[in-house]
Formats: sequence, C-alpha cells, structure tokens
Amino acid sequence: MSAAPAIAVKPVAREPGNTFPVAVVCLAILLVWYFAAIPMNWVVTGPKIAAGGGGLSNLLAFSWNEARPVLPAPHQIAMELWKSVFTVAPWSVKSLVYHGWVTLSSTLVGFVLGSLLGVALAIAIVHVKFLAKSLMPWIIASQTIPILAIAPMVIVVLGSIGFTGLVPKSLISMYLCFFPVTIGMVKGLTSPEVMQLDLMRTYNASANQILWKLRFPASVPFLFTSLKVAVAIALTGAIVGELPTGAIAGIGARLLQGSYYGQTVQIWAALFMGSFLAAALVWLVGVAERFTLRRMGVKP
Amino acid sequence: MTRSRVTDILYPAVFGLGVLILWQLIVKGFGVPAVLLPAPSDIWAKLIASLPILGVDFVQTVLRAVIPGWFIGSLAGFLAALLCDRIPFLRRGLLPLGNLVAALPIVGVAPILVMWFGFDWPSKAAMVVVMTFFPMLVNAVAGLQASGQLERDLMRSYGASWWQTLVKLRLPAAMPFIFNALKINSTLAMIGAIVAEFFGTPIVGMGFRISTEVGRLGLDMVWAEIAVAAITGSAFYGLLVFLERRVTFWHPSYRK
Repeated sequence: MSAAPAIAVKPVAREPGNTFPVAVVCLAILLVWYFAAIPMNWVVTGPKIAAGGGGLSNLLAFSWNEARPVLPAPHQIAMELWKSVFTVAPWSVKSLVYHGWVTLSSTLVGFVLGSLLGVALAIAIVHVKFLAKSLMPWIIASQTIPILAIAPMVIVVLGSIGFTGLVPKSLISMYLCFFPVTIGMVKGLTSPEVMQLDLMRTYNASANQILWKLRFPASVPFLFTSLKVAVAIALTGAIVGELPTGAIAGIGARLLQGSYYGQTVQIWAALFMGSFLAAALVWLVGVAERFTLRRMGVKP
Repeated sequence: MTRSRVTDILYPAVFGLGVLILWQLIVKGFGVPAVLLPAPSDIWAKLIASLPILGVDFVQTVLRAVIPGWFIGSLAGFLAALLCDRIPFLRRGLLPLGNLVAALPIVGVAPILVMWFGFDWPSKAAMVVVMTFFPMLVNAVAGLQASGQLERDLMRSYGASWWQTLVKLRLPAAMPFIFNALKINSTLAMIGAIVAEFFGTPIVGMGFRISTEVGRLGLDMVWAEIAVAAITGSAFYGLLVFLERRVTFWHPSYRK
C-alpha cells in the first residue's frame, strides 16, 4: 500500500486574468453608447429622419453621423482623432498633437518641479520637528481648498507681471502635485523601523548618511506610488490652467473652443487625447517604478 | 487636555497666524498693488461687505451642486460596488476601468455636461456626480473585501445570509475605506462644481464670481470667495472626520 500524502495539497487557484471581463465591459459600454446616441440626438436628427422618409436605416445613418450631435457615436470620435492627429501637420493649430504637446510640456515641467518640491518638503518635515507639527497640518488643510478654483487668478496675476504661456500653467501643476509626493514621502522616509534606525546609530551614522543609505531607499516604493497620483493631477492642473484665460493652445483651450462653437466631436476628441496622455504618463511612471525596484533588488 | 494636544493645536495656529502677519506686513510695507495680492485686512473687509453676494453664491454652488452631487455620486458608486461584490465577473471587468478613470482628467467632461444639462446648477451637480462616482466605487470594492476570511467563516458557521454578513460584518469592516472615499470626494466635489462653472453658468455661483472678478481685476473679491470655499471645504472635511471617528471608533488608528 503506497503511503497517501498526509496532507492533500490543494492546488493554489491562480487569479484568472482580467482581460476578458474588461473587454466584455468595454463592449457593453460601446453598445450602450451607440444605443444612447439614438434618443439623445433625436432633438437634432428627428426632423432629418422624418424628411428622409423614416425607417431603421435612416434612423441609424442620421443618428450616428450627425455633424453637431448631442452625443457623437464612438466611430465619429475615432475619425476626428485620426483626422486631427495623423492627417494634419503636427505643428498646425488644427492638430491635436500640437495641443497635446502644449499641455504635456507644462504638465512635465510642473510635475518635475512639484515632485522636487514635495521631496524637499518631506525631507525637511522628517528632520525638523517644529515643521512636522506646524507645517504638516497646513499642508493637509490646503488640500481641502479647491485649489483648481484659484487657477484663473494665478494665471491672470502672473500674466500681469509678464509671465504667460508655460510658466503659470506649470505653477498650477506644480502646486497640485507637490501634495501627494510630500505625504507619500513623509510616510516613506519614516517607514524604516526603530531597530534599523538604532543600527545606523550604533554605526555612528550622520543624519545625512541615515537619509541616503536608509531612509531614501526605504521610501522609493512610496515615492513611485505618489508620483503616479501626482502626474495624473499635474495633467488635470495644466488642462484647467488653460481654461480661464481663453488660452489659444492646449487640450483645455481645445475643450473651451469646442464648447463655445458647439463642436461636440471636437470636445470628445480633445477629451480622449487628454485621457490617452494621462494613461501614458501613469504607465511611464509605472515602467520607471518596475525598472528601479528591480535594480534595487526587489523581488516581484 | 494633555500637553501634546495643546501643542498640536498651538503650533499650527502660531504658524498660520505668522504667515498671515507676514503677508499683511509685506503687502502693506512694500506697497504691493492690490491687483497682484491684496492684504488679508482688505480681503476681510471685502468679505464682510459682500456677505449677501457670497451667500447667494454659496447657495448656488454648495447647496445646489456640491452637496446633492456628492451624495448622489457617492451613493451610486457604493451601489455599483455592492453590485460588483455580488457579481465577481463585473468586478474583474469594472475595477481596472475604474482605476484607469480615476487617473483621467475628468474635469474635461464639464463642457459636455453643460451642453447636456444646461447652464444652471443641474449640469454642475452632474459634474460632481461623475467626479465622485469612481473614487467611491474603487474604495468601496476594496473595503468590502477587507474583512478577514476567519470572520467570514464564522458568519457562515452561524448560517448567516449574505445580507446579514454584509450588514453585521462586511459593511463595518468597509467603513474606513468608505470614509476615505467620502473625504476624497468632498474635495473633488468642490473642484468639480467650481470648474464646471467656468464653462457657462447663470450670473451666480462661486466659480462664476471667481472668473468674472479675475477678469475685472477685483482680486479682493476673488480672495474672499476663496476664503469661503476654503472654510466650506475644511468644515465639510472636518465633519466627515468627526463622523468617521464616531462610526469607526473600533479602528486601531484611534486607539489611545
């Protein structure tokens, strides 16, 4: 009689992938979208369909190809995106590449400055006890203020001193993204345990050495998590920064022009462009995170 | 009150007061023009003088758009999370999308919503609903899975139904996550309503006042409006923190 295994080892169930469910949900959204376009565009297309003689083919043709729809059909947005990205020169004002670049450049400048400021503030807060007690509550309170609401004022005031274009928008992005970085880095820099800090002390390490050899490496996972949040809201900040002053270039300006002239398809296309930018930026930070953590020897 | 609690309040208060005094001194001392940066005393005077206007704006933006939108959006997000919890397929499909949408510049939807729901407060409330839905969905789904396997097994051994398990075990365990989402949403709601007003509004509302007064260089009025927004936002947040402590008193982070 062969010895039966004492403990039946249950095979560990692998978490099934999400690709299929996500695809199904996306498909459902597309279907609902196409269907919703029919009643929502009825105000505009109703008379045209009646004039065309009615019927299902007319209903669909008019509802999904209206030039100034209430809700454009997805393929209209895709075509507008294709047209304004690939068929026009990238530096012309009709190109979404150009507008995307304008927004992206101020996003990146603001993101870099904001992240540096956030890290510097976190280092100061961790080392100076008075700041932790006095500055930290205000940093947290500052986030309950709708900071985006101040954006128009920042832009006009800076404009009146002579700063226009990139700088004011980057400042708004910077202001928005320093906060998650500061909070995350304070958490990260204080994450080493007492035992590890004590070990550093027995080595007679200076505050500087403790920072670079213990605190900073320990905070890297926290840093990247906050950077992902920060880059997303830096983009939002740059877009909103383009709204109030009637800026002529950028995703936000594109949205505003679209809403002035009732160009719905243009608004949606700009919106998708902004979303692609956001997704790409977050993905890039994620790639940098994986690369850095692997170099630091973190096992996945 | 212990000594540490006194310093917890005293330090930030002194720091904040110091910043205000420094601001006043710099503006008055160097004669900074009011179109650049008004002094705190001027802002205070303007705030007192224009209380009626500020009150009307407050009603339009906060009471009509922010609070209803925040409530509907959070509730809808929570219900969607319950649905995701019952149907795992939906969770696996919707959650990655929810995480993606949370990173997108959702404020960009504002011009579309203004086109759909008109210039008045419904479009702003709709904006707030859209902005608050996804943070609640993502957090509530995570919260509903926060209770331990051991506790769930215990509930099953009691023969508890799904509803009983939900109400007595999983909802209380999810409360810290839900309150986290409610707090995030309180800030997002203010931003959503104010930014949506930049895209068209009747001649009332905090976002409208800010953008028109900026155009007229009436910066003291802008700052007064910002002060109202800041106080409202902080009070909203503070109320949620208070409620959170009452509801999740059992949580380790509040133990003495």
